[in-house]
Amino acid sequence: MNARRSLAERLVLGAPWLWLIVFFLIPFAIVVKISLSEAALAQPPYTPVFDLSDGWEALNRLGDLSLSAYAGLADDWLYAQAYWSSLRLAFISTLFTLAVAYPLAYAMARAPLHLRPILVVLAVAPFWTSFLIRVYAWITILKDEGLLNHTLLSLGLISEPLHIFASDTAVVIGIVYSYLPFMVLPLYNAIARQPPELIEAAADLGASPLAAFWRVTVPLSASGVLAGCLLVFIPAIGEFVIPDLLGGSDTLMIGRTLWVEFFDNRDWPAASAVAVVLLGLLLVPMALYERSQMAEAEA
Amino acid sequence: MSKPSFVRRAALLFGFAFLYAPIALLALYSFNASRLVTVWGGFSTRWYVSLFENEQLIASAWMSLRVAFVSALLATVVGTCAAIALTRFGRFRGRLAFSSMIYAPLVMPEVITGLSLLLLFVALDIPRGFWTVVVAHATLGMCFVAVVVHARLITLDRSLEEAAMDLGATPGRALLSVTLPLAAPSILAGYGLAFILSIDDLVIASFTSGPGSTTLPMRIYSQVRLGVTPEINAISTILIAMVALVLVAGLALGLTGRGRRA
Repeated sequence: MNARRSLAERLVLGAPWLWLIVFFLIPFAIVVKISLSEAALAQPPYTPVFDLSDGWEALNRLGDLSLSAYAGLADDWLYAQAYWSSLRLAFISTLFTLAVAYPLAYAMARAPLHLRPILVVLAVAPFWTSFLIRVYAWITILKDEGLLNHTLLSLGLISEPLHIFASDTAVVIGIVYSYLPFMVLPLYNAIARQPPELIEAAADLGASPLAAFWRVTVPLSASGVLAGCLLVFIPAIGEFVIPDLLGGSDTLMIGRTLWVEFFDNRDWPAASAVAVVLLGLLLVPMALYERSQMAEAEA
Repeated sequence: MSKPSFVRRAALLFGFAFLYAPIALLALYSFNASRLVTVWGGFSTRWYVSLFENEQLIASAWMSLRVAFVSALLATVVGTCAAIALTRFGRFRGRLAFSSMIYAPLVMPEVITGLSLLLLFVALDIPRGFWTVVVAHATLGMCFVAVVVHARLITLDRSLEEAAMDLGATPGRALLSVTLPLAAPSILAGYGLAFILSIDDLVIASFTSGPGSTTLPMRIYSQVRLGVTPEINAISTILIAMVALVLVAGLALGLTGRGRRA
């Protein structure tokens, strides 16, 4: 098949190539380019630099490239804090998601065979309903006068309403809830494909059920744990909707910072610089994720 | 094997309760006569009635449906091509770069995808509107389609295709009349996934849409920012019910399909 390809084959390969290059690769190059421009009160709101349509002239204008957007990022302590707190909240949320997802995935994978497909659909179904709606649902639950406080107060468990809404805690709850299906599925796959004889063998060798779980099931599901954690951690860092709707005014997350720079401050070079630095932060986890996905797909 | 089944049942119960309770509460309170979320004021469908009088909301729902329909179609065609290339073209040149670009958008933060596509449209001087949102959603959707269809294609028995070619079919013909029909359920699932991703998306649409192409999530988001209203619960419940219907239908189809094969 590696010899000369027919026209049809070239089309099948060429269409997605072209699409990805035009709508995925080139846009990133433009983000980098805009991040090196100066903000301006114009339409579009930046001074163009390095325009390829200038031909050779463009090379002479390389000196116009400006690092002012990055200097702004480095000067303002708020950006560093936003990056740091995004990493922190995404990390904490990933740990909690794992803690909630593992027992569920384990119970699903050990359920009777005929029930498993239905359980998988049930676990994934919420992913098919709107993300925005699922985050919105938590506003009515977590608000000071919301359903959770209402229930706890009327049960007499608390005397003062809990202030969860508009805090980092609410953001973590929102991320755990929204991303749970992404964690459950790879964990389920990693546990369900382990032959049950392994546990029997461990038991025959004298391991208690708990010891067999910790020393056989958990280590063998490591690939699923890694894939699930990356699937939650990476998008959670750049999350916008959850910190915006559930977080407080002091909840700094970089996705929201980018949004504010772009839509409220109309500072396109700053928003682009925020995106470039964020992408740089994500490079290592994304490479890890891609390796695990490709290994899984080609296995 | 089923000795400590109490623990496992508790895990299932707790896990699914956590997943479904918020959605159930949301739907329940869409039938609340009271405007307050915590006070149950009796059963009422008034919020559904006021929904259908909200012309802006209806218009944006219509826009979202059209965008999702077209973008999922594009995503399915291009994504299926990508899946075929990944499975059947061996180690072609640039395969690693190609598959990296297929997997990257699945986890790429939406704010980055949205911003970069918007800057592309501005650089090309393309006015933002219906088609820019379609292209943006198709770009995300095609990657999901490619992954779903690829997962199915690699499980297919190559000997069926080879048999078709032994009988004189060209490779293209074998692909069209043997492989693709076998992969049809996954292609359909890919279309469904791309459709749902498009109709749910707030962030990418916010960047790439223009005046007059406001999608439903954008409208819902701007209403949520103004405050929680039972009307949003009502529209949410309708959307959830629609997805549930599609899922149940798909499941029923899948089960009968499996019955036929067995």
